[in-house]
Amino acid sequence: MSQVTIICEQKDLVANSGICAKVDGQQIALFYLPKETPQVYAIGNWDPIGKAHVLSRGMVGDINERLVVASPLYKQHFDLHTGECLEDSEYSVPVYRVELTADKVLLTL
Amino acid sequence: MLKVVVVGNGMVGHHYVEQLVASAIEAQITVIGGETRPAYDRVHLSEYFAGRTPEELALTTREHYVDIGVDAHFGDSVAQIDRDSKTVITENGLRFCYDKLVLATGSYPFVPPVPGNDQDPCVVYRTIDDLGNIKAQANGAKIGVVVGGGLLGLEAANAVQNLGLETHVVEFAPGLMGVQLDVGGSGMLRRKIEALGVQVHTSKATEVIEASDDGDSRVLMKFADGGSLATDMIVFSAGIRPYDQLARESGLKVGERGGIEIDYHCKTSDSDIFAIGECALFGGRIFGLVAPGYRMAEAAVSQLTDNKQSFQGADMSTKLKLLGVDVGSIGDAHGREEGSIAYTFSDERIEVYKRLIVSADGKKLLGAVLVGDCSDYDTLLQYFLNGIDLPADPETLILPYNAGDAPALGAAALPASATICSCHNVSKGDIIDALDSGFYALGDIKFETKASTGCGGCAALLKNIVDDEMAARGLEVDKSLCEHFAYTRQELFHLIKVEGIKTFDELLEKQGRGRGCDICKPAAGSIFASLWNDYVLEEKHVGLQDTNDNFLANMQKNGTYSVVPRVAGGEITPDKLIVLGEVAKKYNLYTKITGGQRIDLFGARVQHLPAIWKELVEAGFETGHAYGKALRTVKSCVGSTWCRYGVQDSVAMALYIENRYKGLRSPHKLKSAVSGCTRECAEAQSKDFGVIATENGWNLFVGGNGGMKPRHGDLFATDLDDETLIKYIDRFLMFYVRTADRLQRTSVWMDNLEGGLEYLQQVVIEDSLSIAAELEEQMNNVVGTYQCEWKTTIENPERMKRFVQFVNADEEDDQIVFVQERGQPRPATEEERIKLLEEIV
Repeated sequence: MSQVTIICEQKDLVANSGICAKVDGQQIALFYLPKETPQVYAIGNWDPIGKAHVLSRGMVGDINERLVVASPLYKQHFDLHTGECLEDSEYSVPVYRVELTADKVLLTL
Repeated sequence: MLKVVVVGNGMVGHHYVEQLVASAIEAQITVIGGETRPAYDRVHLSEYFAGRTPEELALTTREHYVDIGVDAHFGDSVAQIDRDSKTVITENGLRFCYDKLVLATGSYPFVPPVPGNDQDPCVVYRTIDDLGNIKAQANGAKIGVVVGGGLLGLEAANAVQNLGLETHVVEFAPGLMGVQLDVGGSGMLRRKIEALGVQVHTSKATEVIEASDDGDSRVLMKFADGGSLATDMIVFSAGIRPYDQLARESGLKVGERGGIEIDYHCKTSDSDIFAIGECALFGGRIFGLVAPGYRMAEAAVSQLTDNKQSFQGADMSTKLKLLGVDVGSIGDAHGREEGSIAYTFSDERIEVYKRLIVSADGKKLLGAVLVGDCSDYDTLLQYFLNGIDLPADPETLILPYNAGDAPALGAAALPASATICSCHNVSKGDIIDALDSGFYALGDIKFETKASTGCGGCAALLKNIVDDEMAARGLEVDKSLCEHFAYTRQELFHLIKVEGIKTFDELLEKQGRGRGCDICKPAAGSIFASLWNDYVLEEKHVGLQDTNDNFLANMQKNGTYSVVPRVAGGEITPDKLIVLGEVAKKYNLYTKITGGQRIDLFGARVQHLPAIWKELVEAGFETGHAYGKALRTVKSCVGSTWCRYGVQDSVAMALYIENRYKGLRSPHKLKSAVSGCTRECAEAQSKDFGVIATENGWNLFVGGNGGMKPRHGDLFATDLDDETLIKYIDRFLMFYVRTADRLQRTSVWMDNLEGGLEYLQQVVIEDSLSIAAELEEQMNNVVGTYQCEWKTTIENPERMKRFVQFVNADEEDDQIVFVQERGQPRPATEEERIKLLEEIV
């Protein structure tokens, strides 16, 4: 059964950057990209290669037109839509359903 | 193990040792050097008087020989070789057995047998100790005479002039540099050096040197033609003679006019004894240049291997700067070959002389003379060395009027065997090999092959070859920053500046495509900071910064951050030390002293950063920019304030420099250091820009770095006053910030500039691009708009909202686990972390 949580408000987000939330004991990296559709993305905060909870502090951009975040530790890129690691398909991170509704950020676990 | 004894530790003897150590031969090496110091650079000896110290001239150290397992003895000479028992015996009575003996005893200056040549003011010019004598004699002297108008004599004249003496050159022959130059070239050289204030006396045979009684000068030289010259010092530099006494006494074959005879394998008449360098006689010749000596050393080492190389003689063509005058001589400069044709160009207004000697059929270049302009030297040398057919009108090679359409020697015309860099013996084939291995950037090729890293004379030719080969392969070096911008960092810098672009979105819209990435965003952020110097956490710049820049701290492997406050020049008060200790204790931080004389506090959680910095800022600390591609530290020694040897206040200068350039964003991190004397305790030569005190001011070095590929900086300018020093650093740094590639260190940047160090000196010192004022203004703007980013951040509540662990929960990240080690916390290993987390659950 899926569970929807209100994480925070839109004003808590930082445009074109990431922030970390904790839902049900899990760390989640949230990215707010006002020019994209959709505008918010949520993936696991755990960097499986660097082995630390850091992805929310990575830099976002696109590589070959795939929207990605770069790990702040060793710079591998993770697809914000699929969670796949571009450099090494062995690795991937979980992706969560997230939406921005009436200034609220809603996450589905 | 093979016992090899090397007698003599000059440049060639040292090169032999280096080559032998680098080879696969297992040898027990003993070195015996007559001078008290290990090998040094004799070629640049006259720079001693321009401020270069013996330490800077050194090619090696006693410690280095110990490190590489060489048993070295200095200040002791070999007195005897017992060839029967294969033993050498030194003056001090030491005995060494050998399997192979290498004589690299070098040469000594020839002093003409003139009565009175043994008086105090008569000195020679050969060793560092000789330079000490010359300096001592120059003290209180007004006039200095150099006897000898050859290459070495003019080098000595340069030294005498550098000492501030009225300089005379006395030459026995009718012209200067008679070996290398024809009459016309010699005449032009004389004209040029006389214009520099050196008085030249040719066709002068000195008959006697008498003590002077006029009370004004020290000695009087009397010449065969009845003339005389009063002087305070006489430097004999009239050629060299091989040190062959030892070989002579041991019964080895020596030449009629001196020199130990050697064969193609550099073996003497005793096949277990080699002779190399200026003591050796090959084919009836002594080779008085360093490059042939090196080739001999390499050939001699190869005799101990299966891959034996022979020494085939060497080309004595040379290009040099004498008293600031460019002089070049190639092959048969005098046109001695029968039937040869000469082409001569002479312009007395600009004082340039050029001459070509061409074979009777007009096809091959036999020799050349260049005075006042050596720009054609490299091309002519290639024609000469490789026997390339000359163009139909060879004179076009030296005529200035056709400069535009002079037939350039295509790199493609050179055979693979052509030597491109004679300093490091790099052939065109070696460069092609480097390209084949995937090195396409000029800087990489220089690093791989060493080409053009000696005198740098072949830089233009090297670039031609690389360009030519790349074109032939249909390759183009893609210098695009990334997939979003088809520009180099330098081009992007220019575009941003010219168009006044202030935000990344604007830049992307006007010049790029896509959304940007972790390569172009920080690069753009750095350029914005260099140009406009905004607060880096402005809303519009936030997405451009790497996490380190964003959180103004360095992320460590477990996701925590390190905090490095600025400790300018490494100077810190006890009160501030206590604050650092208290903050570290309060937030459970690991502390370590950095290489840049600061204190690094590790293990700070992101949500604690503002509180930590609030305490630090209140205690008077500023950010150290350890997280940014920016000026890091300016290291210093205590200098003249405390040190018995210091000659300038290095701490005050380091503080000034660090405070001036702090916060300057650059393509790569920047480090600097200031040493208070030539003992160089601050290691300034390993920094991007380093300053070393002299008795007269400061010497500036640029392009050094530590790290994976350590490099010593190059001497950039000497004896600068404070103001000039800062002016040059301003220009150097801003020129680097403007033109370097992303993540390109100053050393690689400089190597990639066409013309390298010399070009950089022209831009910075001589202002050849007329941009010095603009560079200084831009630097003043950056300096004037400096702000401590941490101070600005903690004063702004809006900025503080980023510094939370969880946006939706006020709690700590319990996944970050530390363990104690040596009384401090450290990140738990993955294993420890999993185990400890299980225990908690």
